[in-house]
Amino acid sequence: MEILETVFVRNSLVVAFAVVGLTIWISYFLADKLTKGRIHGSAIAIALGLLAAYFGGKATGGSTGVADITLLGGIGLMGGGMMRDFAIVATAFGVKLSELKKAGLAGVVSIFAGVIVSFVVGAVVAVLYGYTDPVAVTTIGAGAVTYIVGPVTGSALGADSDIIALSVAAGLIKSILVMIVTPMVAKTIGLNNPQSAMVFGGLMGTTSGVAAGLAATDPKLVPYGAMTATFYTGVGCLLGPSILFIIVDAIL
Amino acid sequence: MIVYGVALLSACLILGMLIGELLGVALGVQANVGGVGIAMLFLVLASNSDKFKALVDGASGTGIQFWSAMYIPIVVAMAARQNVVAAFEGGMLAVVAGVAAVIVSFALVPVISKIGNSGTTSEESQ
Repeated sequence: MEILETVFVRNSLVVAFAVVGLTIWISYFLADKLTKGRIHGSAIAIALGLLAAYFGGKATGGSTGVADITLLGGIGLMGGGMMRDFAIVATAFGVKLSELKKAGLAGVVSIFAGVIVSFVVGAVVAVLYGYTDPVAVTTIGAGAVTYIVGPVTGSALGADSDIIALSVAAGLIKSILVMIVTPMVAKTIGLNNPQSAMVFGGLMGTTSGVAAGLAATDPKLVPYGAMTATFYTGVGCLLGPSILFIIVDAIL
Repeated sequence: MIVYGVALLSACLILGMLIGELLGVALGVQANVGGVGIAMLFLVLASNSDKFKALVDGASGTGIQFWSAMYIPIVVAMAARQNVVAAFEGGMLAVVAGVAAVIVSFALVPVISKIGNSGTTSEESQ
């Protein structure tokens, strides 16, 4: 057991490659046999990942899901921000510049619309739940933007740590939901071409959610959605503690 | 050489991240503003330009394609390291705020997709 642990820990990233590979193999097998290809294999793999993250978090009490389990620590590196961004940029290889230009305006509009709409929805829910302090309402609204915008806004405004935790939770729910629901609603919302993928990325904004949601829908759309999504958090951090807070402060 | 493609990809990411950080500082924001998106633009420009042909064609290109293909496995690992427990321990307020934000955003996708699309609708089969 000790030898096993030593080998696994010393080669953590390699272990992660093997474990993820096995998970994807099982997922594609299930997608093929149980759903006859109706549910995309990667959608099942992502759902399995989230499920494992829940049990990993429950078992260890840590904050990085499965990666807190000693033997699976490499998942943390493999699924971390550095590798994610590296792979996302690589998906842009082969993208035509003309496609980006075509959806340029809609993409920019979608980023601002996405930030403002999510913020308003989050803020309204906070008010409905009885919050009247502008700082708390703004922080929770910012959390509905993304789980990064929430704490950035909250700490800029000096919100309590439990409010910041709440905003992170709201952002996490959003991100997880986008991962799971996107492939289910893709047809209904016309998410089948580069333009709508760019708008989708700009509206949702959660890079993780968009990255996983599009991967499970159609990998060809990934670069377009990711392109706009990566501007979203920046715009959110820009608007949250400034204009949006001033507006909330004036209303409440 | 495969590593040329990988190096080009890395250079694009680092350059994009640096610009994203600088944008963040310039705007007074504690975040990287679009670093990954800017990096993607660099890669698109490089792969569409003749000057970088040696870094994107043939074996060099496979170095980039490999990482592009590793995207889904990396996303699966990313899903497995999310703080799912914290998401559900935030209570009903967090759940309602998150769910409502997602529903409204999804509903807006077809609406905003129409912007700038009016001139090109003839291309679409629907």
